[in-house]
Amino acid sequence: MTATAGVFREPLRKSFDTEEHLGNAYQQALERNYEDFLIVDVDSHHYETEAFGEIARYIEDPVLRDEALYQGMARGGVTSVDGSYQEMTGRVTRYPLRRHEATPPTIHRDITLMRRWMDAMGVDMACMFPTPMLNIATCPRVEVEVALARAYNRWLCDNILSEEPRLTSMLYLPFNDPESCYRMVEEFGDRKGVIGFMVTATHYKSVQDNAFVKTYAALQERGLPLGFHAAYTWGDKSTALMNRFISVHALGFVWHNMVHMTNWLMNGMPERFPRLKTLWIESGLAWVPFLMQRLDNEFMMRSSDAPLLKRKPSDYMREMFYTSQPMEMVENKEALELTFKMMKAESQLLYSSDYPHWDMDLPSTIYDLPFLQEGQKRAILGGNAQDLFKLDPHFAPWKLERQKQRAMAARG
Amino acid sequence: MNELYVCKVGELDDGGVRIVGEPGHRIGVMLHDGEYLAYLNRCPHQGGPACEGMRIPQVQDVIDEAGLFVGQRYDESDLHIVCPWHGYEFHIKTGEHVCNSAVRLRKYATVVREGGIYVQY
Repeated sequence: MTATAGVFREPLRKSFDTEEHLGNAYQQALERNYEDFLIVDVDSHHYETEAFGEIARYIEDPVLRDEALYQGMARGGVTSVDGSYQEMTGRVTRYPLRRHEATPPTIHRDITLMRRWMDAMGVDMACMFPTPMLNIATCPRVEVEVALARAYNRWLCDNILSEEPRLTSMLYLPFNDPESCYRMVEEFGDRKGVIGFMVTATHYKSVQDNAFVKTYAALQERGLPLGFHAAYTWGDKSTALMNRFISVHALGFVWHNMVHMTNWLMNGMPERFPRLKTLWIESGLAWVPFLMQRLDNEFMMRSSDAPLLKRKPSDYMREMFYTSQPMEMVENKEALELTFKMMKAESQLLYSSDYPHWDMDLPSTIYDLPFLQEGQKRAILGGNAQDLFKLDPHFAPWKLERQKQRAMAARG
Repeated sequence: MNELYVCKVGELDDGGVRIVGEPGHRIGVMLHDGEYLAYLNRCPHQGGPACEGMRIPQVQDVIDEAGLFVGQRYDESDLHIVCPWHGYEFHIKTGEHVCNSAVRLRKYATVVREGGIYVQY
């Protein structure tokens, strides 16, 4: 038979609509009945560059405020250290087209855009991070990092987190200034939607520095997790040897977190702060079994180098938390299954999309894994995050509606 | 076998694409070098709308006769369909992923009849 076209559409190159872009993701959500359980995305992003004028006005120093308003916050050009070509010369279309997306004037654009992609993917709650502002970690001017971090955190709490209970964040700590990190925890630790604090991994301060002890103690006291969000920088001496983005991204996003994890363990931080929960964000999974094996092997020969540890490094690593994206999953099901087992994924792994970035993962990357039981899938997709962050669950409106319809249908 | 009417010949420019079908089974029909090609608009990677992205030729590293890297260029004879979600690239003529032919877009036959373009599925 010949049918007429159900949809007759020509993809436009000058407009963008998140719901249309993620239409296939919504279809996945419906097919898998995501309305049956909570999905929490622990690492997602927005482009704060679009609201940078608002954020810059939160900078208290009037000179720096003017400088920020004049200079802006966008990534630099093709020659910049962090500019890179993450967008693959336009191949990932949401990068260049995002700014054309229309949003209603009555609600903050960032909230609208977050809701749209979350609804399409079936994500109920998200922990959101900035994008270019993660890179202020590498700014050589410490006072600029501190001022921008505080301005962003204030802006986010005042304008976004206070308005939408589905949105949360682990706030940025300006790690180049330990005293400011402590003040940041004290100032923002009780704000609505703040579920922890985060260090961008491309900092060049050692995590075991005594200067940070006060901050770790404050986080532990408040029961707020500390996240290490992976990043890359072409300014690092080792990554400066690389000439392709794939190289600096593939290694950089793992390397910097491996440095911090190793320091964290060898200096006995899990023993010194036993109630402080750490979350390792956006380094994927494959590095975890590697580092477990490597550190255990050396620890058994030279435990005198890490005398505070009472157990093997891997034992502590299995008690830490990890986000899932970018999950390495090309023809490696056996390795992936072993990785899940080694890291005790059913209780320690937290789903993350990293949307809208180029290597984002949908919930189906977890839900479709053949070696997980339904309960394990649901724990990784939302339950573990709900427990770790003590979240009050807020479901996507379409899920609540579908739950209601199914309940009514069941009653006949 | 079913047929889906796409559009009239002439309504689809060379290099253009039309998306037809129902949610869950959408097909991208494109005209390339005078040939109508049709693929399921679902990337085998994570399900992205593969037919809605850029078309870009194969990138090549150029190594000269002395074995030195001298730059990069496009191979204009090998155009790729790029999934807009993650950048998976497929040969436009076969739908096969450029690095692994076992990873492929589902391909459909097309017919032109009485001035109309149809996709068979």
